[in-house]
Formats: sequence, structure tokens, C-alpha cells
Amino acid sequence: MFHFKIVTDWIDEFLRTNLGEGWALLIEFILTGFAILALYAVLALILIWAERKVCAFFQCRLGPTRVGPWGLLQSVADMVKILLKEIIHLNHADLRLFRLASFLVIIASLCTFGAIPFDRGLHAVDFNMGVFYLLAISSLGVVGILLAGWSSNSKYTMIGAMRSGAQLISYELSCGLSLLTVVILSGTMQLSQIVEQQADGWFIFKGGVPAIIAFVIYLIAGHAETNRGPFDMPEAESELTAGYHTEYSGIQFGFFYLAEYMNMFIIAAIAATMFLGGWMPLHTPWEGVNTLMDYIPPVIWFFGKTFFCVFLALWVRWSFPRLRIDQLLKLEWKILMPISLLNILFMALWVLYL
Amino acid sequence: MSNSALFLVVLITAVIMVMGALILALLIAPKSTNPLKGEPYECGIPTRGLSWVQFKAGYYLIAILFLVFDVETVLLFPWATIFRSADVEGLMLVSFFLAVLALGLVYAWKKGALEWK
Repeated sequence: MFHFKIVTDWIDEFLRTNLGEGWALLIEFILTGFAILALYAVLALILIWAERKVCAFFQCRLGPTRVGPWGLLQSVADMVKILLKEIIHLNHADLRLFRLASFLVIIASLCTFGAIPFDRGLHAVDFNMGVFYLLAISSLGVVGILLAGWSSNSKYTMIGAMRSGAQLISYELSCGLSLLTVVILSGTMQLSQIVEQQADGWFIFKGGVPAIIAFVIYLIAGHAETNRGPFDMPEAESELTAGYHTEYSGIQFGFFYLAEYMNMFIIAAIAATMFLGGWMPLHTPWEGVNTLMDYIPPVIWFFGKTFFCVFLALWVRWSFPRLRIDQLLKLEWKILMPISLLNILFMALWVLYL
Repeated sequence: MSNSALFLVVLITAVIMVMGALILALLIAPKSTNPLKGEPYECGIPTRGLSWVQFKAGYYLIAILFLVFDVETVLLFPWATIFRSADVEGLMLVSFFLAVLALGLVYAWKKGALEWK
């Protein structure tokens, strides 16, 4: 099997032998930064294009077709356009917090992105408490959203931010609890370890019924975390214009847009890592199938699973009508929350006695 | 390489990305000043007063509930990591802990804290 660890180790050794220890480390840091940034930007562009295409096909349209083949360059053109737009200075806004908000949103999503294991040896950070880190750093985004809505001093953004805050913190609980069930199963919080443990079977198969329940809950809660689909109360266009980022213009709006799409990817990637085995190929009891599956590179496995989860998110988004806020909170506090609390005990018993 | 250093690298990358894009936009984007442009968007009607006003107390309630249950999740993670070595005894203790929390949820439910009024 080809693993990126070969490449990264080779680069590491090459730099260390040709340059000193310190210089090698510095160059590696810079390379890591560039790689993360490039991957982040490219994935965001692909996701925006994919969303528009998928949405168009759901509605029997063609979607973007003009820029590039099949409209592939559409999102690149959009990004250039958004860079060329004026950044409007608001009269009554708290400008310092207003700018800080876009930083916080991007920091939260990029730092979470850095912890995702794409392949063996292909992740920026790999803490031994990785799951914990993911939950902690991704909840920083809520602060950014609340700040954005509060500081722009507009009624729409204010209501949008409040709704968004209530929704994000509520659904974060179910997210955390369903990831907790996986930690019970794996006994470690390090993401690379969790993936390695799924070599002989993905957790969704190994964990049986409680793992499937946790997976479904994670998908629902994660979808709500991204402020999309039936859970797009915070930016309900018909009521709130654009929710918490109504007052942002130009590239500052672009940051929120970018973060929203990348959060969708991150949620899908975490779902793939924790439940569907990350970059591990599908292994069955039959030896022949296993060898065949091993020929497919792990990166392709990872992106295949992730884009499958992304497609589920798009499917849900374009199929269901928007929930009211009371329905939204009822779903979390009265349905998902009790189920996930019980599911933890269920999973504990499953691990102990089966 | 230590993870903390790499975390800092990612953090700095994020900051540089936002800063870079902002500076680039400030350099190439057009600028035209107009006092009306900076008004908050409200369908074209002039806005009245500030938006920093009191808001619904229901959000506050949700935040408090979140705090209680999030701290609980934080406490459960270390137990989940050593779950296999803690065995049945650990599970019993945690079940007690979860029962207390479930009681809290039931209490909030009965009190109507979960209703959106």
C-alpha cells in the first residue's frame, strides 16, 4: 500500500541531511503551512462548485456551465470577483470586533482541518487527545459567529447570531456525546490511533447497533453545526437576509462563506474518520477482496468516504423544508440528547459483554 | 516534531491567510466613501436606534443548559479513554453520574425550560 508517510519521511530526511536541524524544521513548518492552506482553498472551491452542481441537478437545472469545462472554474471566478469587491465600513459597528470575528471563524475551521488524518503521516497536528481538541477548537467558531452578529449593529445580524449561537451550542452536545461513544469503543482519543484500530473493521461495523445510532446522531447534529439545510434558521434568507453575516462585504463575507463550506467538509471528514475507518480500506472476511481493496490508495478511500458524507449533507439540505426554532430545539433537547445519553450506556455494555 | 509547535504553525497560517486576503482586497478593491453606505442594511428604510438591545431570555436558558451538559461531556472523555481498564466498577460509577444528569434533564423538561415560548 502506498502511504504518504513515505513521502513525508523522505522530505524530512532529505532536508535534515542537506540542511541543519533548525533550518530543516523551519522549512518543514513553512511547507506544512502552505500544504494546509492550499488543500483548504482547493477543497473549498471544489465543494462550492459541487454544491451548486448537485443542487442544480436536484432541481432539474444544469448549474454553472459557462466558466471552464462543466463550469469547473466557476468558484475560482467567484473568488476573484469577491476579492475585487469593496469592503464597506459601517457607521455604527464595533469595528475591532467586527474584524476579529472573521479571523475567529477561519481560525476555528482551519485548526480543525489541520487535525484530520488524510493518510498515514498526512496530518498537521496529531494530539493524543485529538477528539477533545477537535471539539474544543471547532466550538471557537460559535464565538466568531456571535461576535459577527453582535458587532455589526444591525437587527438582522443580531437575531441571526442569537439563533445561531443557541443552535450551535445545543447541537454541539450531541456531536460530543456521539464522538464519546466511539472513544469508548476505541479506548484512545488520538485520531491516527483511532484510524489504525479500524484496520480489521470500521467502527460502524465493529460497534454494532450503538455505533450506527451514534453515526446517525452525529450526522444530524453535525449537519446542524454547519448552519445548513433544514437547520438554516440563523441565515434564513426570507426572514433575515443573510443572518449573522448580513453586514459583511467583499472578502470578509468570503471568509464566512469559505468557513461554512469547509465546516461541512470537516464534519463529513470527522464522520468518515471516526465511524467509517478514515483512510482504511474496506476489509471483509474474504482474503481476495481485501487484497483488491488494498490496491486503492488510502487517500482515495478517505476522500471517497468524506465526499459520500458531503453528498448526504447536500441531499438533506435540498430535500427538507426549514425547521422552526422551537422544532429545532425540541429535536435536540428532547430527542437527540436523551438518545445519545442512553446510547453511551448502551455502547459501554456492548463493549463489556459482546 | 512536537504537536504544539505544529498547532502554532496552523494557527499562524490561518491568521496569515485572513490577513493576506484582507490586505490584497484592500489593495485591489475599489473604494468610494458615502455616509449612507455605512448604514446597517434594513430593506432601504433608515434604521432607528442601535441594535444592542435586550433580547429573548430563552437563549440565556439554552446557554446555561449547554454549560451543564458540556462540562459533563468533558468529564466523561477521560473515563471513555480508560474504559476497558475501569471495567464494570467504572461503568457503575459513571452510570450514577449519568443518572444524576438525566435527572437534571428531566427536571429542566418538567420545569418547561426546554419549551420555546
